Amino acid sequence: MTTMAPDTGARDTAGYEAAFDAAVAADERIEPRDWMPDAYRATLVRQIAQHAHSEIIGMQPEANWITRAPSLRRKAILMAKVQDEAGHGLYLYSAAETLGTGRDELLDKLHSGRQKYSSIFNYPTLTWADVGAIGWLVDGAAITNQVPLCRCSYGPYARAMVRICKEESFHQRQGYELLLALSRGTEAQHAMAQDAVDRWWWPSLMMFGPPDAESSHSAQSMAWKIKRHSNDELRQRFVDICVPQADSLGLTLPDPGLRWNEERGHHDFGPIDWTEFQEVLRGNGPCNDQRIDQRRRAHEEGAWVREAAAAYAAKHGKATA
Amino acid sequence: MTAVEAPLAAAALALGDDALVLSHRLGEWAGHAPVLEEEVALANIALDLLGQARTLLSLVGDEDELAYLREERAFRNAQLVEQPNGDFARTIARQLYFSTYQHLLYGQLATAGGPVAPLAGKAVKEVAYHRDHAEHWTLRLGDGTEESRARMQRGLDALWRYTGELFEPVEGLPVDWSALREAWLSAVTGVVERATLTLPSGPQSGAWTAGAGRQGIHTEPFGRMLAEMQHLHRSHPGASW
Repeated sequence: MTTMAPDTGARDTAGYEAAFDAAVAADERIEPRDWMPDAYRATLVRQIAQHAHSEIIGMQPEANWITRAPSLRRKAILMAKVQDEAGHGLYLYSAAETLGTGRDELLDKLHSGRQKYSSIFNYPTLTWADVGAIGWLVDGAAITNQVPLCRCSYGPYARAMVRICKEESFHQRQGYELLLALSRGTEAQHAMAQDAVDRWWWPSLMMFGPPDAESSHSAQSMAWKIKRHSNDELRQRFVDICVPQADSLGLTLPDPGLRWNEERGHHDFGPIDWTEFQEVLRGNGPCNDQRIDQRRRAHEEGAWVREAAAAYAAKHGKATA
Repeated sequence: MTAVEAPLAAAALALGDDALVLSHRLGEWAGHAPVLEEEVALANIALDLLGQARTLLSLVGDEDELAYLREERAFRNAQLVEQPNGDFARTIARQLYFSTYQHLLYGQLATAGGPVAPLAGKAVKEVAYHRDHAEHWTLRLGDGTEESRARMQRGLDALWRYTGELFEPVEGLPVDWSALREAWLSAVTGVVERATLTLPSGPQSGAWTAGAGRQGIHTEPFGRMLAEMQHLHRSHPGASW
């Protein structure tokens, strides 16, 4: 509490601001009770909430295949993964709550469209191979984005990311292994795997956000050490990781422009269809309506259950519930 | 794995099918639960049951062949576990009836010795958690609001007719079935009363004689459930996943 800013004059606030800047510069962690700029708090609430929402909405495309998983082993892996995602959502809502917001409020913002979730989950899972492509590419992109967040300046977020990244890496390997089994399977299975990669490749690259030149939050987030690398830097890193993996999977990536650039020491790729990205963000992707409808319906249809739990707790005390 | 003796195989199939089918039903909740904590809990229970199913079915043969290539009439699960989820209260009523049964059954099997004992010993710990979850929700819903109370009562009433089958002796299991029934009735009655609800008074079986599911006679929703579960596997004969 000692560093909480009292509601006093500008001279004091300036002192707190200097202390905050120094702590960030020294790579120290900002903790919930520390003073922080309002804009820093607001940016973190927005980013962590959006991250939590993505975990929750992200359950849907994969849960779509739980009842149709083709072997009991795969079914168990998929159930465990969807369960982990609900758990990640819970960690992240807790991290957001340390900034003075509440889970109910955040869910309300998700349901009313005032807060977003990752654009990738507005794409449909049309075949079983999509479950593998999500694991390999979508979780792969998420990990590339999230590993640097383990060093993010806000302590509760950084610690949540350490736990989440461990589990995500495991899911990503499982997705890769699923695709490998299909790729080496029958002709029909191989074709299913290739089709899934063809559909998920570009949306996965869009997960890193708009190009640096058009990214509105980037500069400030990097100055605050919430973000450690630019969108384009992370996207390039992801492409460089995926190319050899696609090779060993025996699958191709759907980009005729993809080639090694000796001079840069990176793969050239692209261009990305940013119009599609903007449309999905605006709510016009293939599954935007369906995803939000299902989430709202689960919440509304569950209202009586939450009311019952609250009424019971009021009668009997939380300890016995 | 060597094939087990016929009576044990029949028993493993009955218990394995129970776990497989209930796990599938609970898996249908993913993404639809009333609170995030229940997404975690229901998936967790479904996973435990799937693990039990895989162990039991593997005693009989290839788990995937058994799960994906048998038709409705060859399944040996009790009709209770195949009942559709309904609302959350109906799912909890099914969980209360079944997890209480499974907990008491595995408790007996774990101490009776024989080939099922090690498996029952492991499963009984998981099932104790399932039972605890079902009991707590029965109390919350029964003694919650007027609406939740009415829904919980309806769930218990609707599924009551499927409970008698659970106590039809399964060949190959060293279980005192009438003691099991008494212990179950007393446990369920206790929870229902604490939840300020009424124990259903109808018969514990429907128009079919109790034990129909164990003989491969199922209810209509079950065929649709299998169609969804088996479709992909059957579309690619001989493929491995």
